[in-house]
Amino acid sequence: MTAWKRMEVTGWGRVPRVLAEIARPERDAELDRIVQAGTGPLLAMGASRSYGDAGQPVPGGRGLLTTRLDRVLAFDPEAGTITVEPGVTFADLHRHFLPRGWLAPAIPGTAFATIGGALANDVHGKNQAAAGSFGDHVRSVELLTADGQRRTVDRDSDPELLRATIGGLGLTGIVTRVTFALQRVPSNAVTLTERRIDGLDAFLAAFEAARDATYSVGWIDALASGRSLGRGILETAEHAATSVAPVPPRQRTVPVDLPSFAMSAASTRLFNAWWWRRIPAEGRTRSVTIPAFLHPLDGLRQWNRIYGRQGFRQFQCVVPFEGGEASLRRLLEEIGRHGQASFLAVLKAFGRQGTGHLSFCMPGWTLAIDLPERKGVTELLGALERIVLDAGGRIYLAKDSRLSAEGFARMYPELDRFRAVLGRVDPDGRWQSGLSRRLGIHAPLQEAIHG
Amino acid sequence: MAETWLILGASSGLARAIAREVASRGHELLLAGRDLGDLERSAADLRHRFGVRAQALPFDALDTASHAGFVQDVAERAAGPLTVVVAFAVMTPQDLAEREPDTALAMISAGYAGAVSILLRLIPHFERTRAGRVVVIGSVAGDRGRRSNYVYGSVKAGLATFTEGLRARLFGAGVPVTLIKPGFLDTAMTWPMKAGPLMADPADAARSIVTAAEKGRQTAYVPFVWWGIMQVIRLIPGRIMQRLSF
Ligand SMILES: Cc1cc2nc3c(=O)[nH]c(=O)nc-3n(C[C@H](O)[C@H](O)[C@H](O)COP(=O)(O)OP(=O)(O)OC[C@H]3O[C@@H](n4cnc5c(N)ncnc54)[C@H](O)[C@@H]3O)c2cc1C
Repeated sequence: MTAWKRMEVTGWGRVPRVLAEIARPERDAELDRIVQAGTGPLLAMGASRSYGDAGQPVPGGRGLLTTRLDRVLAFDPEAGTITVEPGVTFADLHRHFLPRGWLAPAIPGTAFATIGGALANDVHGKNQAAAGSFGDHVRSVELLTADGQRRTVDRDSDPELLRATIGGLGLTGIVTRVTFALQRVPSNAVTLTERRIDGLDAFLAAFEAARDATYSVGWIDALASGRSLGRGILETAEHAATSVAPVPPRQRTVPVDLPSFAMSAASTRLFNAWWWRRIPAEGRTRSVTIPAFLHPLDGLRQWNRIYGRQGFRQFQCVVPFEGGEASLRRLLEEIGRHGQASFLAVLKAFGRQGTGHLSFCMPGWTLAIDLPERKGVTELLGALERIVLDAGGRIYLAKDSRLSAEGFARMYPELDRFRAVLGRVDPDGRWQSGLSRRLGIHAPLQEAIHG
Repeated sequence: MAETWLILGASSGLARAIAREVASRGHELLLAGRDLGDLERSAADLRHRFGVRAQALPFDALDTASHAGFVQDVAERAAGPLTVVVAFAVMTPQDLAEREPDTALAMISAGYAGAVSILLRLIPHFERTRAGRVVVIGSVAGDRGRRSNYVYGSVKAGLATFTEGLRARLFGAGVPVTLIKPGFLDTAMTWPMKAGPLMADPADAARSIVTAAEKGRQTAYVPFVWWGIMQVIRLIPGRIMQRLSF
């Protein structure tokens, strides 16, 4: 007897909102029953840290929250491999394994994301250039597919299904176990170097110079224009030999939605200028804990309320290195022209293509930016999509809520292979999300079924 | 010194949270219940997260014939003083219990008769070891008979009275007996309810429960606000109570 609760579901950006029936099974047997009951459309849901509609069931559809399926089932300290249920979070791994010298291989900017969600978006961290994305470290998964069967999928048994499931947006089924490799680290800390960068040219050159760094990330003041366009802070980090005292978690929560004027152009400009000046002109180097470095915003619970009830969008793209500088300039200018108040933008270099059919990562520059939900933002996102298409880049589906179906098909060349796998494991399209409908991922299937 | 916590009915959301809280304090665990596969996975989780010893054991509250053997098995496996947490319960909705009274009897057999059966059989163990403690998970629902939930409430009321007597029984052995009265905890049992400010996180509740047990408290409302709420509800005169449908 499964309990369903009718709830409003949103991603981290809180647009769009949708009403769906949600269950939160605590046991395998219950999950099996739900899938075997044959109702739909279904969607696995993790911590809902995707920004747009990737983690959202379709209106009136059914969501299966995995947050209570959160057990660590096996850990092999010789090989460093771990097997977990999908609701285990990066915060869980930090808490229990970092003190023993083990760290997840690819970690997103929030530790609240689940491993199921990390797999389904093939997430990347600040070490993508060096270490690849999450899927690169996955050894096998257990997948509960539309037919109600659990199957173990690895590179030998069914490589195409594994490639469709890594970065597969929950559309191949619900992942019930993930086995992946942790990495050994010498301490709980990194040595972090921060320096000011004057503009975009200098930024790209600095990234080039820091090519051997284990971690590198740039924070760009998206409101700086003209000669300061692309001004920001570059952070590079290496694992430190010795640990630092873990900072006691000082959790604060944004208690209510802030009014929209809180994110005015003026206040954001002030914030961004302070952020830049905070780092001394000559730069600085210090040791900080790995979680503090990787998850600067996690200390502020529900920071998405800062954008008010109307929410915000995030845009993240990657453009190839070739011609990348011109594309980044066009993107930043377009954002500047629309005058959409925004906090910092994030700039990183990717080194490797992800392994999934719909993996986001490819070699190139990646730029991410938050945009409050205001008039003109969808037009701006449309303009940014065109720039990315011209550049031969792609938009990150974990962050997206606006991409067009045509744009998507051009950005993800392995879409047909992905669809071929869906035709095999989910011919009736039982697994669907707001995003899969918007992007018409099942469209050819539906045509085939319904003529 | 090593100590072992036996959790009876260890698959529920609250029981899992209690097990993690206990493991985080470095104690060993015996997880008992019917879904052995599920318990094995929870035991693995406790071992890998906290580096403690944890094992799964089959236990069925309804199969009272097996209880004596079970107690013996536990006594052999437990390292150091044993804390027993009675966490199993079935909650049949009141309307179902009225439509199909047999479901009410099943709830009583597991939640009350099963608890009495296992706890009575544990008395000799506690008398012998003169160590450890007993924790019984009751409910605020046991404080008053309410129209909307009175079969379940009566199971928990019976359990509360039994627990009080057991406390006196084990007093001489120096074994404290703690009755926990949880309010709304955010687990599968309450999932269909609207999330409100009274809905408590099971991990937070587990911390209060284990602390109350370690301090040897007699009764603890978890979260504590329920103490106040139940004080008020207890004051409602019967004349008025009979007209209420909550
Ligand atoms: C502050 C912040 C910083 C971030 N930084 C980064 C970053 O640096 N790099 C990066 O790559 N991403 C980043 N993200 C995005 C985030 O890592 C991804 O969206 C991630 O997928 C979120 O995981 P989740 O558990 O919240 O999953 P959800 O958002 O709940 O779900 C994401 C997708 O996973 C699917 N899914 C979830 N569980 C399962 C399962 N068990 N089986 C099958 N499918 C499943 C869902 O259906 C959905 O398609 C960031 C997000 C935030 C809020």
